[in-house]
Amino acid sequence: MMHYDIVVVGGGPAGMAAAVAAYDAGCTRVVILDREPQPGGILMQCIHNGFGLHKLGRELTGPEYADIYAQEVARRAIPVLTETTVTNITPDRVVTAQSRHGIVKLQAGAVILAMGCRERSRGALRICGTRPAGIYSAGTAQKLINCMGYHVGKRVVILGSGDIGLIMARRMTLEGAKVEAVCEVMPYSGGLTRNLVQCLEDFDIPLYLNTTVAEVHGQKRLEGVTIAQVDGQRRPIPETRRFIPCDTLLLSVGLIPENELTRAAGVPMDPITGGALVDEHCQTQIPGIFACGNVLQVHDLVDYVSEEAERAGAGAAAFVRGSALLNTSINTQPGNGVRYVLPQTITDTTRDVSLFFRVSHPMGKVRCTVRSGADLLTALPRPRVAPGEMERITLSPDLLRRAGDTITIELEELP
Amino acid sequence: MTRELTCIICPKGCRLCVEGGDNRLTVRGNACPRGEQYAIAECTNPLRTVTAVLRVSNRCDTMVCVKTESPVPKAAMFAVMERLHQTTVTAPVSIGDIVMDDLFGSRIVVTKGAI
Repeated sequence: MMHYDIVVVGGGPAGMAAAVAAYDAGCTRVVILDREPQPGGILMQCIHNGFGLHKLGRELTGPEYADIYAQEVARRAIPVLTETTVTNITPDRVVTAQSRHGIVKLQAGAVILAMGCRERSRGALRICGTRPAGIYSAGTAQKLINCMGYHVGKRVVILGSGDIGLIMARRMTLEGAKVEAVCEVMPYSGGLTRNLVQCLEDFDIPLYLNTTVAEVHGQKRLEGVTIAQVDGQRRPIPETRRFIPCDTLLLSVGLIPENELTRAAGVPMDPITGGALVDEHCQTQIPGIFACGNVLQVHDLVDYVSEEAERAGAGAAAFVRGSALLNTSINTQPGNGVRYVLPQTITDTTRDVSLFFRVSHPMGKVRCTVRSGADLLTALPRPRVAPGEMERITLSPDLLRRAGDTITIELEELP
Repeated sequence: MTRELTCIICPKGCRLCVEGGDNRLTVRGNACPRGEQYAIAECTNPLRTVTAVLRVSNRCDTMVCVKTESPVPKAAMFAVMERLHQTTVTAPVSIGDIVMDDLFGSRIVVTKGAI
């Protein structure tokens, strides 16, 4: 069995940033395992620009952003084992992987989970109708077009107005397809405003809110979809059914952190984020196993993935070196108007700790309050909040020391 | 002329209203000066970065990704795509390589290469 200080599972933006940070914190025996032929993860098919504005101060395409981190990995001579699929991780950090050279087993001082997420598929939506060709998840269509050069379709309906759906509406249009509609079951879009403007408005693509695809038609190839408005329980309203001819349906209906390995290792999970329960160093409740990036929580910007991964890398390096990760324990929890708070526990009250959270629905002016019992620790006004945009509040050691054993983040709507 | 648009400079997403003629535009609804700049640019000379993929003449299993190095006029986006659809490259190509020197005022630069 090979021994490493740190084994990173996944070579996307999270895995590469975590490996670099761990190396820079003094752990030189780091290895990255990735199932694809090249590192970079999902960035390699995201050819649009807009990556890196927050972290690098530049607007890059996905492959360019990945290349910057790939160069940092190469400069430190951190090995990347590609076409290597991890099949098991034990609580005492033995990592088993399937590679072109057969089965390999690695003993890790610390494991960093950075497997990313996958797309929710048609089966999870229970859409009525036939099973013709021409129905793709948006990310699959993106890979077929951008990496393999296929034409996916000519007349397109997109279900889901998250960022991937919006990006694909523009991409398909520029490749010569006619995007008939983007349907969104919620009363608001989950995508960034910038994408609503530059991907839909620029091309006069209609966005229908409170609307879903109620039925799929066609035997061999998709011939059209029936869309319908939905009621308060998100059920299609029969009187509003409307047929749209199309040969392609793209689904952009949510991302699911890919945590099969995490669960099999016995790592306790958060049912809301779909990721592990972690402290502020991204350490799970199994000592020495860390998680970062979209496998921990689905992010809206890769810049924040890199930042989170750097915390995980530094935390993992500290664990390997044996520096005690302090063990005062404060729990965080979502209150009114907040869907989740991450990290779920805080162990170190001697340094600034950032809490990340998502709101449950869009609101105008609000005040985000951080309370411990009746004690108001801090409050942050926000002109507008939306579930698609992750929020952050940083707590100083002074505030952390004032906190009891639980911190609650809540929203109060302001007039 | 009156035009309504959504500011994309920050996540706040102000609803902007632009009024006036060719030389005199007034902007309402912006919470900060950047909103005014954005609205005037959008109404006078809107620009967009275009990204695309190119075929590789000596490879069948990969595409090369490119972008306009600087933003091009929004109205030229489809013309840019048409030119890029007619363009092939020959591997090896590296990230940062220049494929075209001037397409609607911008160079075309490789963002993902092919070995």
